[in-house]
Amino acid sequence: MSFKKVFASLLAAAMLVGCGSGSGSSTTDGAAAGGDTGASGEGRVYFLNFKPELDETLQELAKTYTEEKGVEVQVVTAASGTYSQTLTAEMDKSAKPTLFVIGNQAGVAEWGDYAIDLKGTAIEQELSTDAYNLYDENGKLVSIGYCYECYGIIVNPDLLEKAGHSLDEIKNFETLKAVVEDIHARADELGFDAFSSSDMDGSSSWRFTGHLANLEYFYEEKAAGKQWTECPAEISGEFMGNYKNLYDLIINNSLTDPKDLATGGHDAENEFKTGQAAFFVNGSWEYAAVSESVPNARMIPYYCGVEGEEKAGLNCGTENCWAVNSKVSEADQKATIDFMVWLVSDPVASAKMVEQLGVLPYKNAPESANGFLADAAKYTDEGCYVMDWATNYQPNVDEYRAGLVSALNQYNADQSDANWANVETAFVQGWATQYAAVNN
Amino acid sequence: MAKKKYGRRNHQPTVLAGQIQKWWWLFLLPVVAAFAIGFGWPFFQGIWLSLCKFKTTSDATFIGFSNYGRALSDPSFVHSFWYSALFAVTSLVFINIPAFAVAYALTQDIKGSNLYRTVFFMPNLIGGIVLGYIWSMIFDGILSHYNTSILLNSTYGFWGLIILICWQQIGYMMIIYIAGLQAVPGDMIEAAEIDGANKWQTLFKIIIPNVMPSITICMFLSITNGFKLFDQNLALTGGQPFTMSPDGTTIKETEMLALNIYNTFYNSNAASRGTAQAKAVIFFILVAALGLIQLKFTRDKEVQQ
Repeated sequence: MSFKKVFASLLAAAMLVGCGSGSGSSTTDGAAAGGDTGASGEGRVYFLNFKPELDETLQELAKTYTEEKGVEVQVVTAASGTYSQTLTAEMDKSAKPTLFVIGNQAGVAEWGDYAIDLKGTAIEQELSTDAYNLYDENGKLVSIGYCYECYGIIVNPDLLEKAGHSLDEIKNFETLKAVVEDIHARADELGFDAFSSSDMDGSSSWRFTGHLANLEYFYEEKAAGKQWTECPAEISGEFMGNYKNLYDLIINNSLTDPKDLATGGHDAENEFKTGQAAFFVNGSWEYAAVSESVPNARMIPYYCGVEGEEKAGLNCGTENCWAVNSKVSEADQKATIDFMVWLVSDPVASAKMVEQLGVLPYKNAPESANGFLADAAKYTDEGCYVMDWATNYQPNVDEYRAGLVSALNQYNADQSDANWANVETAFVQGWATQYAAVNN
Repeated sequence: MAKKKYGRRNHQPTVLAGQIQKWWWLFLLPVVAAFAIGFGWPFFQGIWLSLCKFKTTSDATFIGFSNYGRALSDPSFVHSFWYSALFAVTSLVFINIPAFAVAYALTQDIKGSNLYRTVFFMPNLIGGIVLGYIWSMIFDGILSHYNTSILLNSTYGFWGLIILICWQQIGYMMIIYIAGLQAVPGDMIEAAEIDGANKWQTLFKIIIPNVMPSITICMFLSITNGFKLFDQNLALTGGQPFTMSPDGTTIKETEMLALNIYNTFYNSNAASRGTAQAKAVIFFILVAALGLIQLKFTRDKEVQQ
């Protein structure tokens, strides 16, 4: 009898424990593992990172920092394309991220209330430039750039040479087109093609709906003589023809038939690295990966047939801006800022950061060794204009780009005028519609 | 001997029954707690949030019913409702008829029928996202020969999703039908045979009325699954292609209700989360109502054995 009683109670207890630990593990699942170390009064650091390529370095640096300073640092990287989902979920937990990313004005509008004003903080004093910081309409310094990047067209000069051309030939759209079309026409004979694949799936479409689209926005800004400081309610689409010039050149002179781009499955980076393609539309963050196989890879601007584009430089800007959570304790905020300062000023840590990010716009950080950023600097030194990241203002960005992807898919399958008209609608009217959807 | 055994059997439960009467709440606690935490709380919080404006769920401000107005006046929501309804009805037919046929065939003493049952059931063990991507590759592998893609034509998108869901669900429904078929009393079938009923008569007059409970369950499952479908929809087409109206608004032609709610939730508009939450509540009411109507309808056709 008593045995049974004990046994039954034990079973019940086991069930309860099982139940408890089950739900417990599900809450720690995302992130909260090192969450309540704040008990020591030291504050805690929880960085919700959005650059997957930086994850390994950050994990390592977090460990070093904890060993050196005794402050618990936790780094979680949200899988690509799900940052906003992860951030939403993590912000709801009691162990919220103390450090997160607000990369553009839409992000400022969305998450600005969750960020402290960084003006006058120790990390702000470390900055070497104000160019990559984001402010809200009241002048609050919401987020602070921790690296900047450039994008354009990555070129393999060796392959150009093999095809009897040289990088110096390419000065504008006409000359780019001549080289690209010549290589594509002789692809079988040469053993490589002009452009690597431009897939339209989620892992690649942003190169065209985000980055390449920037040339249209930028030239609108330039024509108006004024940089955008907030998202315009509408755009004119004046330079859609130029976007089409370059887009057509890319999809029609490529390894992959444009009709096969919709669901993706090609590895454009690998195509470029293995010498199957001479051109690759991407950005400076690819330098570490690309330079392993193509050490002398270079980056050229988006030449698209705009007048005076011989003076164009690369697209420079950033979406990598740190914001410190306003909804965590002051001790946590202080610990977080200390950690940020350490990342950009400690000789070992900042060297590792520069190795991954290419550059840190901070006084005490080492010089950049990124070849594409060096190209960007070279263009600027030669007096070329920098194409700023107007793309960052895309309203309701996911929906806007999804509409563009759908229209481009139709166009890729059948390059008719009617289908291009749809692309223009998605590009121009889609902007106004999404602007209204966000601001109504 | 037999008497003694019977006595012991009778004795034991009464002892335990006493204990159970005393401790029943303890045994009930884990289930009730799990239900309250995993279902009850989120459900009521969800209803509350549909009346709020919020960015994170712990930081919500009450704004009344305006989210519902916004949800119901959204043309993409209405489109996704009708699209889901069409999908649910079509998948109901295309899942259940083959599932029943396969179950019927596999209860007919075929050699290796256990192996077949396992094989038919297996697709159900693969996750929806993976299935979606696998099938998009299969479909595009074929469609690319005709210079098109599943993302370019909403008809392909619709039937592609039907094929995918049939492939995944037929095996599952088959298992339920097999259980039902095995419970049909053999003497009834024998009596029908003696009375001279042919195979079809036996099937329609004896077997189907007897497996009506399984049919009810399977229809309920496939219609609610059809409405709730999310990951397969996301991975296979993600709503593409879009219809673009001249003013730049888009209707995602193959977007179903759950995906529409998800996309609304991550819209950048300040009110979008509440709107998505309101859509989710409407969605719940719709699915529950449809499920109940369908249950009532088929229950009436069940026979008592």
